[in-house]
Amino acid sequence: MPTTYLEFEKSFVELDKRLETLRQITIHSEEEQTECDALEAQCRQQEADLYSALSPWQRVQLSRHTDRPYTLDYIEQLCSEFVELHGDRVFGDDPAIVGGLARFRGRPVVVVGHQRGRTTAEKVRRNFGMPRPEGYRKALRLFHMAERFRRPVLAFIDTQGAYPGIDAEERGQAEAIARNIREMSRLRTPIIVVVIGEGGSGGALALGVGDRVLMQENACYSVITPEGCAAILYGERTPERVAWAADALKVTATDLLALQVIDAIIPEPPGGAHRHPEETFPLVGEAIAQQLDALLQLSTDELLAQRYTKFRRMGEAVIVAPTEDPRAEIASA
Amino acid sequence: MAAREWRRVQEESENIWVKCSGCQEILFRKDAERRLFVCPKCNTHMRLTVDQRLLMIVDRGSFVERDAVLSSADALGFRDRKPYTARLAEARGKTGRAEAVVCGVATILDQPVALGIFDFAFLGGSMGSVVGEKLTRVVEHAIDAQLPVVFFAASGGARMQEGVLSLMQMAKVSMALGRLREVGLPYLCVMTDPTTGGVAASLGMLGDIHIAEPQALIGFAGPRVIEQTIREKLPPGFQRAEFLVEHGMVDLVVERKDLRRTLGQVLSLLRDSVQ
Repeated sequence: MPTTYLEFEKSFVELDKRLETLRQITIHSEEEQTECDALEAQCRQQEADLYSALSPWQRVQLSRHTDRPYTLDYIEQLCSEFVELHGDRVFGDDPAIVGGLARFRGRPVVVVGHQRGRTTAEKVRRNFGMPRPEGYRKALRLFHMAERFRRPVLAFIDTQGAYPGIDAEERGQAEAIARNIREMSRLRTPIIVVVIGEGGSGGALALGVGDRVLMQENACYSVITPEGCAAILYGERTPERVAWAADALKVTATDLLALQVIDAIIPEPPGGAHRHPEETFPLVGEAIAQQLDALLQLSTDELLAQRYTKFRRMGEAVIVAPTEDPRAEIASA
Repeated sequence: MAAREWRRVQEESENIWVKCSGCQEILFRKDAERRLFVCPKCNTHMRLTVDQRLLMIVDRGSFVERDAVLSSADALGFRDRKPYTARLAEARGKTGRAEAVVCGVATILDQPVALGIFDFAFLGGSMGSVVGEKLTRVVEHAIDAQLPVVFFAASGGARMQEGVLSLMQMAKVSMALGRLREVGLPYLCVMTDPTTGGVAASLGMLGDIHIAEPQALIGFAGPRVIEQTIREKLPPGFQRAEFLVEHGMVDLVVERKDLRRTLGQVLSLLRDSVQ
């Protein structure tokens, strides 16, 4: 049962409570069983109706839902033998990014991802999933390790963004992000990126350059948070402006697939990953496995050439190369 | 040709006075020009147009622009107070340029280079798909023609109106710079005021050598965002060029009058044969 309900999910509060109570009874009477089945069906129907018709802003809220599985949950469910590694060998260890060695369906891999916290204490410890430079540098260390030992990389994206703080700036937040982006783009081993929650700007992209970028149905990915966008363009963060920004920025998985920024959408069970994590894990696992099988067929040079072409084409739709000088319009104005 | 004429008209019609963006001192335009738009009172290095920058840096007559006509379409149908298309048209009118970066080849003290110069007056030098494309193309040209790359950054970051596509330009340009690095060609980045956000966190911080103009604001998060996050006033000089040198992120802070010479010197030291 979810621990928190968003405004538009309120209709589930009573339903979930009643279902939970019924489920806790070990031996059901016939009426109880019937009621339980009926409620379950009602719940599923309601989920199918509600979650298939969400607004972009509602999806952004879902992408941040504290009941959504986080990176460590996916590692635990999809991988075995996880050995978490710590530290950037320069300054420290950033708990906002986790990573290490693991085995995915028998194959040794390097896993890296943003990590948010669930309890207040853990949220604080993990800085709400907002990494500092040492987090990105730890990730980079692991990427290079993956390259040296020819292990594929699985990267999970889930951050509001890189931490905007004095210490982070002092230690070169911009440099850490830039370097990761460049190094990932040329890393001589397969990289699969999965956006599992919020893909927040450069702080997300610093773990997000790969041969395949997959995105869950209710995840989002944006150059700026809708709140930030509304604040800059309208000087206010009212709910209407923020909802407008979420729509205008085109942040949903469907939008990103249309813009060819991601390669595929990983479906979520009706009701979303936060209500049904147990049904979510195999969907993500299957999507990764498929892509990994395909990537492992390629030579390293093919892999890098394809990765280059993939990112080389980003934004093609925006670029106009007119036969006439567009500045002519200025001259005639 | 027409655009060039238009620019001259625009410049001549401008005020004969210039106000220092730092101390608000009023300067004679002619004097300001002679001083390369550096304020004699407070040493503020005022923002330059691309033409002013070219005049100061490259060998006279050596600059050949590339991809000048590439321009942006409105892929997302973005409209806030004004439609994105209207903002673009306005920026083109204001700058006489099709986009926020000008790329090409030139020589600096006889050293051939591939150049990219941001125009802050064009939507805050923001990096959208065309800016990313032009920079990538000029880096690819540099790889083919065996040229070092010099970028002059002046940008608030990614261009919001192109959404996630503008974010992806960080990857596109960084990737090309990664290839440049692999083939052993130098990349120098000159960070001018301001170099922040997605531009700092991609091409800005990927140089073999980082040069900054005095006092330039350089960083990932903008000062206002940081203040709001930590709810504290920021220390004086925070995220300024000198602060970046102190923290090991920038090699040199160079006065504008010395920039051309420094670039020429560094390029020859990196490029001249050892034999």
